Amino acid sequence: MEFETVIGLEVHVELRTRTKIFCGCAVEFGAAPNSRVCPVCLGSPGVLPVLNEEALKLGIRAALALSCEVRLSSKFDRKNYFYPDSPKAYQISQYDEPIGEHGCVMIAGTSAPRSIGITRIHLEEDAGKLTHSPFGDASLVDLNRVGIPLIEIVSEPDLRTPDEARQYLEELKSILQYCGVSDCRMEEGSLRCDANISLRPVGQTTLGTKTELKNMNSFRNVVRGLEYEQERQRAVLLAGGAVVQQTLRFDEATGTTIVMRSKEDAHDYRYFPDPDLPRIELTQAYLDARRAEIPELPAQMRARFEQVYGLPAYDSLVLTSTQGLARYFDVAASQARDPKAVSNWLMGDVLGYLKEMSQEIDTQLMRPEQLAQLLRLIDDGTISTKIAKTVLRDMMTSGQDASAIIEQQGLVQISDEAALREIAERVIAANPKSVEDWRAGKEKALGSLVGQMMKETKGKANPQLVNRLIADMLRE
Amino acid sequence: MRGFGIRALHVELSEGRLTSDDLIRDSLAAIEEADGQVRAFLRVTGERAFAQASPKEKVTGAPALSWLTGIPFAAKDNLCVEGVPTTCASRILEGYVPPHTATAVRRIESAGGVLIGKVNLDEFAMGSSTENSGFYPTRNPWDLTRVPGGSSGGSAAAVAAGFVPYALGSDTGGSIRQPAAFCGVVGLKPTYGLVSRFGLVAFASSLDQIGPLTRSVEDAAIVLQGIAGWDERDSTSVQVDIPDYLASLTGDVGGLRVGVPTEYFETDMDRGVRDRVMEALDALRQLGAEVRPIRLPHTRYALSAYYLIAPAEASSNLARYDGVRFGVRAKDAANLLTMYERTRSAGFGPEVKRRILIGTYALSSGYYDAYYKRAQQVRTLIRQDFEAAFAEVDVIVSPTTPTPAFRFGEKADPLTMYLNDIYTIPVNLAGLPAISVPCGLQDGLPVGLQLIGRPFDETTLLRAADAYERVSGFASLRPTALGEVQ
Amino acid sequence: MHLTTEDVVHVAALARLHVTSEETEALVVELGRILDYARDLQELDLSGVPATSQIGITTTVVRADEPRPSLTAEQAVANAPDEDEGMFRVPAVLEG
Repeated sequence: MEFETVIGLEVHVELRTRTKIFCGCAVEFGAAPNSRVCPVCLGSPGVLPVLNEEALKLGIRAALALSCEVRLSSKFDRKNYFYPDSPKAYQISQYDEPIGEHGCVMIAGTSAPRSIGITRIHLEEDAGKLTHSPFGDASLVDLNRVGIPLIEIVSEPDLRTPDEARQYLEELKSILQYCGVSDCRMEEGSLRCDANISLRPVGQTTLGTKTELKNMNSFRNVVRGLEYEQERQRAVLLAGGAVVQQTLRFDEATGTTIVMRSKEDAHDYRYFPDPDLPRIELTQAYLDARRAEIPELPAQMRARFEQVYGLPAYDSLVLTSTQGLARYFDVAASQARDPKAVSNWLMGDVLGYLKEMSQEIDTQLMRPEQLAQLLRLIDDGTISTKIAKTVLRDMMTSGQDASAIIEQQGLVQISDEAALREIAERVIAANPKSVEDWRAGKEKALGSLVGQMMKETKGKANPQLVNRLIADMLRE
Repeated sequence: MRGFGIRALHVELSEGRLTSDDLIRDSLAAIEEADGQVRAFLRVTGERAFAQASPKEKVTGAPALSWLTGIPFAAKDNLCVEGVPTTCASRILEGYVPPHTATAVRRIESAGGVLIGKVNLDEFAMGSSTENSGFYPTRNPWDLTRVPGGSSGGSAAAVAAGFVPYALGSDTGGSIRQPAAFCGVVGLKPTYGLVSRFGLVAFASSLDQIGPLTRSVEDAAIVLQGIAGWDERDSTSVQVDIPDYLASLTGDVGGLRVGVPTEYFETDMDRGVRDRVMEALDALRQLGAEVRPIRLPHTRYALSAYYLIAPAEASSNLARYDGVRFGVRAKDAANLLTMYERTRSAGFGPEVKRRILIGTYALSSGYYDAYYKRAQQVRTLIRQDFEAAFAEVDVIVSPTTPTPAFRFGEKADPLTMYLNDIYTIPVNLAGLPAISVPCGLQDGLPVGLQLIGRPFDETTLLRAADAYERVSGFASLRPTALGEVQ
Repeated sequence: MHLTTEDVVHVAALARLHVTSEETEALVVELGRILDYARDLQELDLSGVPATSQIGITTTVVRADEPRPSLTAEQAVANAPDEDEGMFRVPAVLEG
C-alpha cells in the first residue's frame, strides 16, 4: 500500500515594529522579566487597546507579498481562553475576517516547482512566557512578550514531504525578510511553526486523520519531526490501525513525537468581534502604497539572476537566501566580467569567512564594487587566486580596496619571466635531489620544485608561469 | 454651601469668600455626619484631597482656572485612580491599587477638581439597586428603607445627600439615569464615544459610558465640558468638536419638537410616574415645545437584546479577574484550575456570576448565532427606530423608570430587577445621549423624567432639560430622611 | 433552546466558575427564565439586518509606532498575590 503524505503548516511571525500591537511598550528581545509591560498589556482593569499603525502596515505588506487577496474591510475578534500567559483571558486576534486569504508561495518542490497555497493570514497579539519555577510546584509568568504583534500564516495542506515543508519555510522566511516585515529568526522566537500531517492512500482525495506537531524550534527539527511522524503514521496504518487525532510535542533529544497531555476541555473560544477596536477599513490607495513597499522578491531575483547573469538554479537559491546577500551579488555581478565567478567567490570564500567571523554580509566592510575589482585583478594576472583569498579576508575586515592591500603588502604577482627565471635557476640549483628524481621519472618532483619557488617568492609568483618555466628549464 | 451648585461655589471661590480647603472640610463633615446612614462612600480620600488641592486654591481670592477648580467630587469605584484602592465594589478586587487613572478623572483633576472619595456601586456595575455591592448597600437619602437605584447608587446618593456637589458615575443600561431618578438628582449619559472609557473598569464595552450626577442641568453641562472629548487611549472615543455646553442653556425651547414613544407608554408604570411625566410634557408645551407621539416599534425587544449583549461582553471583560496578577487569590489551591475556579467563585457575587454565565452561554459554540449575533442584529433595528424618530423630532421624552425607588429586598428576582431598566436600556443600545431630570414626587419619592437626544447633540438635550428644570419647581426640594440637610 | 443542568455545568467550567449542585439547580431556573424571556428575539425575521458591534466609530483608529514608558517590574507585580523576583507565580502549569 502506497501512502501520500499531506502536510500543512501554521506559522507565527513577529512583526518588526518598535512597539507592541496595542500599546506603546517597546519590543525588546531579552529584557528583564515584566520590565516591558504597562497597564494595557498587563490586562489591568479599565484599560483599552489602540492599534499600532506600523503593525497594520507590515501585516498588509506581508499579505500582499504572499499574493493574498487583501480585505478592504476586516476586524479584530476576541479569542477567549484562560491561561496564565494571557492576561486579559482573551487574545485579540482575527476570526472570520482575516486581513488576507487565498495566497500562495512557490517552492522548488520534489521533482518540479510547485505552488503552495496560503489559506489565510491574520493579525494577532502574542502571549507571555511561562517557565517552571526551580523551587516547588509553581510556574512563573513573564509578560514582556504579551502584545508583540504577530501574523499567523496558515498554509493549505499542499505540502507533500518534510523537505517541501522546509522549502516552504525557507521561502516564507526569505519573502518576509526581504519585505522588512520580520527577522524570522526561529532561534529568537520571531518565527514559530506548528505542523499538521496526515497520510492517505495514493489516489484518495479525502484527507486522512491528522496529528498536530508542536515544539519544533528550528527548520531542521521541523523536518525531523515530520519525518518521524510520517513514519509513525505509516507504521500504524500498515498494521491496519487508525491514526488518533491528537497534538504531539517534538522531542529534540530523541527525535520522536510525544503525546501532549490533553487539555481539560476542547477549546470553545467563543469568538466575538472586539468592541474596543474599530473595524479596519482600508482604501485602494493604502494597499497600493503597501504594494509599492514590496521590493524585488526572492523568486523574482532568482529568475533575473538566472536569465540575466546566466546563473544555475543552485547558485541563485543560495545567493537569494537573504536580501542582503542577493543585493550584494547583484551589485558585484553588474560590475564584474564573470558573474559566475562572483557567485563562486560569494558562496565559497566570502560566506566561509563570514561564518568564521560571525558576521553578516551587511556588517563586514568590503563593498560589492570592491569584490568586483578583486576579481578583475585576478583575471588580469595581477595576483594569484591563492593570494586573492587572503586579500579578500583583509578587505572584509578593513574595508580597504584590493589594490591598496596588495600594494601595502607587496603582493603583486610576479609575472616577469626574466625575474622568475632567475629565481628558478637558484631553486633548481639548490634542489639537486628533486631534479634527479624528476629525471628518474617522478613527476611529483616538479611540484616540489614549484612549491619551493612559491615559497621563495612568498606565494607571489604566478603559479601557471612557474609551472611552465620549471618544466621548460628542467628539459633544457 | 451644601446644595450650592458648581457655579455658585465657583463664584465663592474666585471671589475669595471660600477656599477649596473650606469646601473639602465641609464635604468631609457632611460625610461624617450622615454617611453612616447613607453609606454612599466605600473610601473617603480626605488626606489626598487636601494634598491635591493646589496652593492657589488654598489662598483666598485667587482666580480659579476653570469651573471645576477647587470643587470636591466623588467618583464611582469602577473608575481607576492611580494610588487609590479601586474595588468596583467586588471582593475580588479588594486591595487592588491601580497604576493608572481614568482619563475622565484625570481631566477633572488637571482642572483642579478635588476627589473626595470613591462611591459605592452594584458589583462591577451590574445591577439596578446597589444591593449587589460586595461590601454593603447604599441607602436612598429620601427614604433609608429604600434603594438609591443602581448601579451608580453611591454617586446619586452622595449628591442627593449633599456630600459633594457632583459625582461621576457610569451607565451601561441606565446606571446613571435610574439612580438619578430614584434620588432626585440629575444624571447624564453622554453619547457613546464622547467621553473616554480609558480607566473605567469595563462591564459591557459597547454600552458603557461615564457621566455626571449633579444637582442641576447646568452643573451636568459644566462637568460634561470638563470630561468630554477625544482620548488617544480609547479607540472608541470619537473625534468631534466639543461645543460650549453652558452657552447652549438659553432656556429657549420654542419650536422644539418633542417625541413621546407610544410603546413606552404601553408598558406598566406607576400612576404617579405617568402623571408627573404628563405634567412635564405640559410644562414643555407651555414653553413653546411641540409634543407629538412617535413610534419605536422594536422597543419590546430591547431588554432581551441587552440581557444577551451586556452579559456576553461582560463575561469576556471579567475573565481577567483570575487571581494571577492582581486582586484576591484563593489560598492553597492544588492546581491552576482550582485556583481559577475558587478565586472567581469566592470573589464574585451571585449577580455577577449569573451574568457571566448567561454571557458565556450566549457566546458559546452552537449558540452564538441564535443569541449574541441575533441580539446585535436586533440592536441595529432599535438604532434604526431612533434614527427614523429623530427625523421628525429633536428630543424624545419618557419616564426614566416605571416606578420610584423600591424597598430593599423587594426585587429579589433577577428578571423583575431587570425590568427597571426598560426605558433606559434602548438608549445604550443605540448609543444616544440621555439625561434624567427630577420631575416631581410620588408619595414623597422622586420621579425622573428622561430626555433622549440625537448622537452628539448634547446641546439640544441640555437646553431642553435645562428649560424644563427652570419651571419644574423641583429644585427647592430636598431629601428629608437625613433630617435637616441644607 | 431549553437550558439544562449539563448546560450550566458546562458553561460554568468555560467561565472557570465553581458551582455547587444547589447553585446549579437555582441557576438552571434563573438563567432559564432569562433565556425564555429572550425567546421573543427568535420570532423576528432578521435576514439582511447587519449586526451592530460598534456605535459611532466609523474610521480605523491607529497610533504611531513610538515607544512609551513601561512600568518597572516592581510596579508591574505590585498588586500580585504571589510573585517571585519580578515574575508572577502560579500553581504549576502542566505541559500542554
